[in-house]
Amino acid sequence: MDFYVLSSTFLYITFFVYLIATAFFGMTLGNNRDENKKSKATKLAMTFTIIGFVSHLTAYIFRWIEAGHIPVSNMFEYITFFGLMLVLCFIVIHFVYGIPALGLVALPIAIVIIGYGSMFPQEVSPLVPSLQSHWLYIHVTLVGLAQAILAISFIAGLLFLIVKVDQTVKNKETTFLEIIIYAVLSTIGFIILSTGFGAMDYEATFIKESDGYQYEVEYEMPALFQPNNSELMTEDHFNSGIETPAWMQGIDAGKKLNSLTLSLLAGLLLYGLVRLVLKGKRVGSYLQHKFGKINPDVVDDVMYRSIAIGFPLFTLGGLIFAAIWAQEAWGRFWGWDPKEVWALITWLFYAVFLHLRLTRGWHGKKSAWLAVIGFVIIMFNLIVINLVIAGLHSYAS
Amino acid sequence: MSDQSIRCECGHLNKEGTILCEACGKPIEGNQHIDGNDEKHVLEMRYEGSARRSQTYKRTFIDKTWAFFSSVKVGVWLIAITLVLSALGTVYPQEQFKNSPLPSSQFYAEEYGLTGQIFYQLGFHNMYSSWWYITLVALIGVSIIIASIDRYVPLRRALNNQKTKRHEVFVKRQRLVSKDNELNEDDVNKLKENLKSKRYKVYEDDGHVMAEKNRFSRWGAYVNHIGLIIILLAAIFRMFEVMHVDDYVWVREGETRVIPSTNQEYYVENTGFVYEEYDPETQEQFSRALEDVEDPVPKNFQTNAVIYRTTEETLPGQEPELEEVTRGEIRLNQPITFDGYALYQAGTQLEAEYDSMSFDVQLNDEVLGEFTFYSDEAPPEFHLEESDIMVSVDDWYPELEFTENGPSSFSKFPRNPGLIFSVENPDTGDSERFFYLQEDIIPLSEDNELVMNVTGVDRRSASGLTVKKDNTLPLFGLGAGIFMIGVVQGLYWYHRRVWIHPKGEGIYHIGVHTNKNWYGMKQELEKITEDTNVQEFEDQQELK
Repeated sequence: MDFYVLSSTFLYITFFVYLIATAFFGMTLGNNRDENKKSKATKLAMTFTIIGFVSHLTAYIFRWIEAGHIPVSNMFEYITFFGLMLVLCFIVIHFVYGIPALGLVALPIAIVIIGYGSMFPQEVSPLVPSLQSHWLYIHVTLVGLAQAILAISFIAGLLFLIVKVDQTVKNKETTFLEIIIYAVLSTIGFIILSTGFGAMDYEATFIKESDGYQYEVEYEMPALFQPNNSELMTEDHFNSGIETPAWMQGIDAGKKLNSLTLSLLAGLLLYGLVRLVLKGKRVGSYLQHKFGKINPDVVDDVMYRSIAIGFPLFTLGGLIFAAIWAQEAWGRFWGWDPKEVWALITWLFYAVFLHLRLTRGWHGKKSAWLAVIGFVIIMFNLIVINLVIAGLHSYAS
Repeated sequence: MSDQSIRCECGHLNKEGTILCEACGKPIEGNQHIDGNDEKHVLEMRYEGSARRSQTYKRTFIDKTWAFFSSVKVGVWLIAITLVLSALGTVYPQEQFKNSPLPSSQFYAEEYGLTGQIFYQLGFHNMYSSWWYITLVALIGVSIIIASIDRYVPLRRALNNQKTKRHEVFVKRQRLVSKDNELNEDDVNKLKENLKSKRYKVYEDDGHVMAEKNRFSRWGAYVNHIGLIIILLAAIFRMFEVMHVDDYVWVREGETRVIPSTNQEYYVENTGFVYEEYDPETQEQFSRALEDVEDPVPKNFQTNAVIYRTTEETLPGQEPELEEVTRGEIRLNQPITFDGYALYQAGTQLEAEYDSMSFDVQLNDEVLGEFTFYSDEAPPEFHLEESDIMVSVDDWYPELEFTENGPSSFSKFPRNPGLIFSVENPDTGDSERFFYLQEDIIPLSEDNELVMNVTGVDRRSASGLTVKKDNTLPLFGLGAGIFMIGVVQGLYWYHRRVWIHPKGEGIYHIGVHTNKNWYGMKQELEKITEDTNVQEFEDQQELK
């Protein structure tokens, strides 16, 4: 039995089951729908969420069996694990608070995260010596769980903002809300482009010269930005002729800039289409109308609680256990590696969140915006630090 | 400072600056602006309306400094500045990670252009050990200490002095209240019973009831801040060299070397270095991933080490007498430890040096003899017993390089050995010369009748080990532990109080306070007021 294929199949199924669950969560909305129908839709949505979660977990376990070590050792594995924990947290939160609207934010975000993770190489890689430690099981998984719990505060915060931001006139808050939606759409754009061109086996090869060496750079998307100082080797492939600026470091800098720009453009296109369908209405305004009335106190409480649980877990997993492992592996518990610095930044940020909330009474919208920024920091640490600023912790190298 | 105590109408003597009487909770006139109670209905209960030094005295320089550092706003700003600076420090690599022979003054400008230049000029390339970064962290430390003392002392006094019997205004101006309930004796008894079953301690005085639980949760913030202070103290201790050892040693296979920074007391022997790679043939699950990479993926770096200690003081130049302390395998993630020291697998020079090279000498396809040249011994000549001829080593270049002046050695390490031999020809009596380089023999004259061959080479690896000892680790551990205890104590328990205030004639006000989690408090209140005549509670501060 090929566990690798099984694992991929289950992940594929998971993806669709989560989509179905999202659709049912959609049906729980609306002010005019009667309670009976709403609760039926909620039940169905939760059933599909749990089926999806079990399938997701199965995919994960099969991969574990195949690899022989816990699959948290590269971008694909870590992001899928993060998505898995996110859904788990949502399920737990649902049984405590029972807010179906939260599912309508949580599941799409989880789907986008898993989809994004799936764009990274999925081969099962062996563990390099530095990762061969039982701390991999403790440190990385606990950080994944803690970040997922902190992400729940973002999801609750986003729901709070969707419902509470004043949409009658355009203002700073509505603009920022649109930017968040645009960022999500751009990620979807990236997934569509990667999958689309991947299915077409698109491959344009550039030869790049750097410091007297020649490197082959392969583009899986049309080149809007070719690598700095490079030449297209595969004829009949699109090339704009625009070079990536030289100050962007690294052999793959052009490729990364290209993917980012194309994703942002695709996001813009998607966003434009959505606005067109909504007849020019702001997406946030449409969502506010759709989401209807929600008890803000409860959503605010979800936001705070998830940070109250996520913060100590992150301290333990992301700083204390991380330091113990670093001491064991390298003989220094703290070394100002970029990933370590960003873990500290995350920790400081949530410390600020808690101080502002507990001693200066920042509740509601102010808290919600902070929760959004916290999530941006976590994503920055996960994506930018790994892909752009390489360090000891880099998965990308 | 003069002591201007304030006596409340309940008889309790409060310190100057008190906002709510410590005993009965009645707002003290003239002080309500301090906590902003003059502008809102719900009383500020965060510090129980106690007299905080920072809010009371604002005249002298010390008062002002104290007030500055005790402000959470200032603390949050300090953290925010540290946060932003820390982030900026990761834009380009820190000096220690720059991985370039260029000095920093050139490196940042050449690699990253103008922004790199700015990064360097601002000193961001050494941010985390710069005086201003350390000062910033130290200021956070000062802020933590002052803010904690400023709050802890009066809060503790207020909670110790609180009385069961409270002023009506105090009860009515709590966030959660239920006013003017008509309750009979059974209702009140039922309430007390329910409160007890929810683990409240119930106190009674003259018909007034106060129920309280989990007061210790209020100390969580101070406990976790003590943990942070201990961590900062540990960091200060660590600045002193004596508190920690941080060194590096290269040990070749078969070699025994003194471990640096141990006062010449410990020695390490490398009895063998093991390097393994993942094999796609035997581990099929990795075959897809291993096909994609050009270089093999390492599986293990391991030094088999023996640690020795000198048995007595050795004089310089004297061979030390060694006794074995411990032996084991050093791998990544598995250091070897002894007497507080630890050796970590940190670097490798895989088969980078030649331990020995073996040769034979032939004449007319007949072997005249064989010999082996050991790099470390580097003998000047060999006697081939079989044929009684001499091979002399004319020149020995451990790391051969060619310069304008001919061959020379770049270092004393046999990384690229070169040898020039003279061999006596037994037939002619002439001396014939040969050059060994890069595992090959070049006759130095075309007339050479003898033939020399390389029959084998033996290479060796060197293992780089970091030497560490850190006396501050227990202190860091203690600080981290206390921090975690404080955080859990403060976040997962809630200090809750319920006051049942008789107004007379069977009419009661009920006021409720919790320091956190009002949502949970409301749910608990439903249980507490079950089967009683208490009306629904009003949240006087709901989010809109």
